[in-house]
Amino acid sequence: MGQSEQKQSINLPAALAMLLTCQLAGEAIVAAVRLRNPEFGFPGPVLGMGLLFLWLVWRGRPGESLDAAAGAILRNLSLLFVPAAVGLIQYGEIMMRFGLAVLVALIVSTVLTLLVTAGVFLVFARNEEAGPDE
Amino acid sequence: MNEPVSSLWVYLAASPLFWLAVTLAAYSAADQLAVRLGRHPLANTVLLSAVAIGLLLLVTGTDYATYFEGAQFVHFMLGPATVALAVPLWRNLALVRRNLGAMAAALLAGSVTAAGSAILIAWAFGAPWPVLASLAPKSVTAPIAMELARSLGGWPAMAAGLVILTGITGAIIVTPLMNLLGIRNFAARGFAAGVASHGIGTARAFQVSDTAGAFAGIAMGLNGAMTSLLVALWLVFSG
Repeated sequence: MGQSEQKQSINLPAALAMLLTCQLAGEAIVAAVRLRNPEFGFPGPVLGMGLLFLWLVWRGRPGESLDAAAGAILRNLSLLFVPAAVGLIQYGEIMMRFGLAVLVALIVSTVLTLLVTAGVFLVFARNEEAGPDE
Repeated sequence: MNEPVSSLWVYLAASPLFWLAVTLAAYSAADQLAVRLGRHPLANTVLLSAVAIGLLLLVTGTDYATYFEGAQFVHFMLGPATVALAVPLWRNLALVRRNLGAMAAALLAGSVTAAGSAILIAWAFGAPWPVLASLAPKSVTAPIAMELARSLGGWPAMAAGLVILTGITGAIIVTPLMNLLGIRNFAARGFAAGVASHGIGTARAFQVSDTAGAFAGIAMGLNGAMTSLLVALWLVFSG
């Protein structure tokens, strides 16, 4: 009953247009900065995230459609990394040559980074445990 | 293989539609497997589907460029997905505000550790400078990491590969490691996942909790900026 009503109120094209417009604005700003400073390597989508965030703060809520679209995309975020991960097969040769050193450094460093980041965060977090939501 | 079947295969193997379908099918199979294994950290969906697709490419003798013609439609969505991170960030705004100090301190410590420890360990193993330079930005999202590796005198292609490996490694390790240490603060857990293993860590964090995902997303963006800053300082002071 309520399901079909809810489905109708979700405007997917509008939500996607919003996401793409923010990305486009982010890319445009990065491209403009690069005209003056070609070394500037900040990714446009991250800037686009900042822009959407400012818009949400200003407007006070994302709205049902954007909420639904963002939720659907982020729940399947892993999927979007699959093409890049398949790309690892191109680097087999380089990896083989320095395999051990690189692999040990990568794994140990990742564990250390997780430990240090979470540890420092907890030391400085003066508030109660955030706990799992839902 | 008889004639019609092999010519059909020649047609399909070169078509973007085929490899796009393979990508989605492999992911959804990997996801179902992960669910059946109770989302065990080792049943990482990115790893499982990439290995399956990689094997298929090797067996069929298909090159990555042909594969990517189809897969690019999925890859393209990384941009809008990054923008979409603003929504959980906004929803967790109160929690973010309360933890600003912790985030700043953890970002600085984590960013230095991510680059510094990787360089030191690989250096101790005798890896040459271009390898160290490619390894340094491993915890940063791929487009930034490639730029940084280039500016340090490393190989951007290798940097991109190491970024993905780091992402998968962090995504697999983070949950058991945090559980082992009894860390139940999901803001801290997510933030660590984002600093150490960028978007792939963030994807994992969203599987665990919306709060962890939100903090991982912020951490990913901030660590891209922080590591860029550290590299810029390094380039200035090393002359």
